[in-house]
This record gives sequence, C-alpha cells and structure tokens, in this order.
Amino acid sequence: MSEDGSIAIEVDDLHKSYGELEAVKGVSFEVRAGETFGFLGPNGAGKSTTISMLCTLIRPTSGKALVAGYDVVADQAEVRKRIGLVFQDTTLDDYLTAEENLRFHAELYGVPRADVNARLQVVMEMVGLWDRRSGLVRTFSGGMKRRLEIARGLLHSPRVLFLDEPTVGLDPQTRSHIWAYINQLRKSESITMFLTTHYMDEAEHCDRIAIIDDGKIVVMDTPEALKASVGKDRVEIRTDDTAAAIASLQERFGLQATVSEGAVTFYVARGEEFVPQLFANFDQPILSVAIFRPSLDDVFMTYTGRTIRDAEASLTERNASRPWMRAQRGRR
Amino acid sequence: MDDQSVYSASKDTVGASDPLPAAVAATGPIAEPRTQPTNQEVSERIAHQDSSPQHSHHHLSAPLAPVRVAGGRLRDDVRAATIVWRRELIRFFRNRLRIFTSLAQPILFLFVLGTGLSSMVSASFAKGHSIDFRTFMFPGVVGMTVLFTAIFSAVSIVWDREFGFLREMLVAPVRRGALVAGKCLGGATVATLQAFIMLALAGLVHVPYSPVLMLTLVGETALTAFLLTAVGIVMAARISQVESFQVVMQFVVLPMFFLSGALFPLQGLPTWLASLTKIDPVSYAVDPMRRAVFEHVSAPAVLAHRFAAPMTWNGWVLPVGLELGLVAALGLVMLAFAVVQFSRQD
Repeated sequence: MSEDGSIAIEVDDLHKSYGELEAVKGVSFEVRAGETFGFLGPNGAGKSTTISMLCTLIRPTSGKALVAGYDVVADQAEVRKRIGLVFQDTTLDDYLTAEENLRFHAELYGVPRADVNARLQVVMEMVGLWDRRSGLVRTFSGGMKRRLEIARGLLHSPRVLFLDEPTVGLDPQTRSHIWAYINQLRKSESITMFLTTHYMDEAEHCDRIAIIDDGKIVVMDTPEALKASVGKDRVEIRTDDTAAAIASLQERFGLQATVSEGAVTFYVARGEEFVPQLFANFDQPILSVAIFRPSLDDVFMTYTGRTIRDAEASLTERNASRPWMRAQRGRR
Repeated sequence: MDDQSVYSASKDTVGASDPLPAAVAATGPIAEPRTQPTNQEVSERIAHQDSSPQHSHHHLSAPLAPVRVAGGRLRDDVRAATIVWRRELIRFFRNRLRIFTSLAQPILFLFVLGTGLSSMVSASFAKGHSIDFRTFMFPGVVGMTVLFTAIFSAVSIVWDREFGFLREMLVAPVRRGALVAGKCLGGATVATLQAFIMLALAGLVHVPYSPVLMLTLVGETALTAFLLTAVGIVMAARISQVESFQVVMQFVVLPMFFLSGALFPLQGLPTWLASLTKIDPVSYAVDPMRRAVFEHVSAPAVLAHRFAAPMTWNGWVLPVGLELGLVAALGLVMLAFAVVQFSRQD
C-alpha cells in the first residue's frame, strides 16, 4: 500500500440517509497512500458521517468504499485491523491509567505480547506522555487526552489514521501543540491520514482537501490550487478619505470596494501587478497597502457562496456531527 | 484543569523525553529502534498469514516497526475477552468507595429489616420453636447483592457509550461476541466478589461457615451473577441514556428482587403473586441458595417446612440441579441475545 501512487482510500458515490434526512449525498474521492487528506466543512456537513462509514462504524446506505484495499462493508474486520482512530469525543477510560488504556488497546488488537512494552514506550514518548503513563486519565487535560488518543491510534501500526476534528474543543496553544505532533507523524511515518476539520487554518496542513457542504463534495484539490482557483487577491489600502478612495476605485478601475476595519478592501486578479498601476493612477495619497493571497475562507466563500461560520449558523439543530451516537440511539 | 497548567505540564514532559524538538525538526525518525529487518520480517509474517493479494506488497519504511494485529483467530478473541474482563476488575478494585456503599443496602435489609421482622415472626410461632428470621433472609440478601452489583456492572455499558469508550471496543478487529463475553464474565466476577463480603457475615445470622455450604453458595452466586449480568447487558443495549437507568431500576430490577422470595417465603401466596414469582428468574437462583442454607442449620421441621419450602411447579418440587440448569440456560440465551444486539450495525 505504501508504494508510490497506490490508493489507501477509495470512495465511490457513498450515501447515508437517516430516514428522510440525507446526511451524505454521494461523495467520491481517492486518497493516495502516505497522503494527508482533509475534509473541510461546517459542522453537520456530513464529515463525521463519512468518516464513520470509512471506519466501519456505520453502514453506508449505498455506494462503495475501500480502505487499505478492503471493502468497509464486506471486509469490516480487515479494515479495522488497518486503521487507527482519533475521534472528536474522547474514547478513553477515565478510571484507567494512560498505560492501562493503551494496554487495553494492544490486547484488543492482538499486538504480540513480546512487542507490547516496547511499542507502548515508543508511542507514548512520541506524544510526550511516557512520564505520565501511570497517571489516571481523569486527571489529564483535554490536550493530554487527545495526545494519548493519537498514541493509541498508532499503537497497532495502522495503515490509515482517521482523525475526526482532532483539535476541537482545545485552546489555541494546545491545538498548535497537537498539530506539531501530527506534522511530526506525517514526516516520520509513511502513514495515510484522513482528517476532518472545520478550522480553515488546520486544513492548510493537508496535502489535499475536499470542501464538503450539505453532504456533497463541492471542490477538491491542494490548498494552494484551491486558493489559486479563487483567482483574485484581496487588497487593502489606507487613505485619509475613505469615501473618496472608494469612489475613485469605482471610477478609475471599475472596482467594488468596501470598508473593513478602517481599510478600503477590494478583490483584484494579480494584486502585485495591480498595485503599481494603482499608485500611478490614484488621485490621493495612499498611506499603506497590503495584498493578501486568497485564504481558504475565500475559497469556501467562492464555492459555497457563504462563509463557514454562516454555514454553521444556518444549520438547524440536527445533531449530525455525532452520527454514531444517534445511530446507536435511533435504532433502539 | 485549566489550560495554562495543562500547557506547562506538557512542556515539562517535553523537556524530559524531548518529543517536541523532534516534532519541530521532524526530519529524522523519533523512534530509536529503526529496525528495518524487523519491518521486513513482520510484513512477511503478515503476508504469510493473510492470503489476500493486497497484502503481499506491504513495505512500510516507517521508523515505527509495524506490529502484527489480531487475525480473527480464537486466541485473539480470548485475549480480547480477557482484557475486557480485567478492565472490569481494575475498575472494581480502584473504586473502593463503591464496594462499601453497595454494601449499605444489603446490610440494612439484613440487620435492620431482618431484625425487625424477626421479632414479629418469632412471636407468631408456638413456644419452643424459634428461628432467626435473618437466617431465612440471608440467602435472599446475598442474592440481592448479586442482583444489584451485576446489573450495575452491566449497565456501565451505557456509561461507556455516553463517554465514548464503547466505540473504542466496537471498532476493534475482534468478534463482538468476545467483547460481550468478556463484559459478562467481568460483571459476574465483580458481583461474585461483592457477594463474598456478604457471605463473610454469615456467622452473624447463625449461618455456619461450613466449607461445603460456603462453596455451594459461592458457586450458586457466580451462576446467578452470570445470568444477571447477561440480563443487564441486554438491557444496556436498549438503554440509550444514562437517565433511563432509573427506569430500569424501578421496572425491572426492583420487581425481580421483590418477586424472588428474597424477603418472604414463596409458599402459600395468592395465585397471582405465586405465578409472578415463578416467572422471575431470580427465584430460581435464590431458592437453591436457601435450600443449601437450610440443609446446614438445625431448624425445627415445622419451621423449615414453612420457611424453606422449595420451589414447586404444580406441586412438583424442582430439583436444585434443574433450577441451576434453568439459570445457566437463561444466562446463555441472554448472552447470545446480547451478542446479536451488539453485532447489529446501523
């Protein structure tokens, strides 16, 4: 699987419905072995439902998905052996120590007894928790628990590591800490990673991302290509007379400008080539100028017509971010 | 724990084992044993036992030497069941407070209710005939201890679901049956251990510490614990929220307790009540324990007949072996049912 160009995850027209509600409306994509692939979208877009299908936790309504070469419906056990999971809600036993949690996992996954001790130490050192191995998990902070889950997800050397919102609910410092570990993993291990996030800055870490909205993939590419596809840079200028500057931009360049935090803001293709023209043809002094490449926020805006925050706000309470819990409850 | 201390705590850890500099530099492997031959060996091993074609070309050059994972063999299932069982024991012994608090109820029943009823009951009999009513209640209270502990252990699955740990188990590459069996045996062991403490109090209510009696009671207790844990797991599969636990207690566990003959003899009851006691599985667990106790105490025949009258069906006295067989069989049926429920996938 780790040979160049081989496919770690192959998804073809995957659907999941809960009665009337169609949570995933036919997604198709491939993830190459060794790649870090991200699902970016607002809460309730179908990210967690998709990841739960790939992890064999819920059964697709239709469509096909292969993980590490095995069908998630027909060869569940084979898939399970080859994947590691880090979910957005912790799945640790608070009343056990860190080490006991990992030993539990090693036994469940049948890690050979002779390898267990060495393996525990390696993965716990990797996330900086070896010294805390005897601590009860209930005494751990959110960040430590997440790191422990990452260590546990790697314990049985999975081919694909699934990370569902790996930093949700953590403070910014801890988030960047977690990402340091994830990036370290990407470089040191030739492991395929599939992650979901609704944080734009986290999606930047991925080799490729798929933007998912309302159960469908809207667009899929590298973060750079996506940003380039927006085609326009954001330019912010500061002048003494904001209103005059806006009028002038409209009049001379045909640009729609707005005021954002005191700066006159507009979008233009190839901002760095535009700025010299601006200086040459503008009729009032420009105090400062800044050019911004499109962010993933701009990408999301371009392809879905709204910001990710608006998308989340518009979602009704449908609890789609925890499909597994609901699935367990719904059928009883 | 506040975020600030969280961060400094993890920084300290970093200082000790140095993972973050590695994370930042991250060019080389951080795991020390870069055992390439082992990698090879292991992947060959995997390729060997797994005949599928996807497997033969699997050469991770990761610094973490890959390890083999469970292969669906019986040995793997036994290992999985064992660790699930062990987790129950670890949690039981770690929570000493629970051990003591769950003794409060049976002790109140035995020594407060039992003593109170004792004076009333002995007054209603002719002179010369006396029996400590608590001796009668003792097997019932042991049964009660098992009932509550076993159900509580099993229903902890609901907590596991609520706090996510159930998912850690359900995505493991082992048969669900192994997980359910481990959980069931774990809960049964814990309930039996809890009952040990009650058995130790036997002498206080004139039940002799005869080795044969004690061993019989332990065996019967374990079998009862197995049945009740299995019943609890079946219920846990159907309970979606922790709050529903109260409903289970009120509508399932308490009726099973009151109808079991733990507190009063099942003889000479009105028909409606007698029939209800006969469909309560706990009756078939308490009855053999009581018969065992009364074989070892010297009670006047008239009282023994009144208090330790065995379970009958239409006048036919059920042999103890049949009663225990029923308990075991129902336990297995419940276990199978639980396995089916946890094997279903949405």
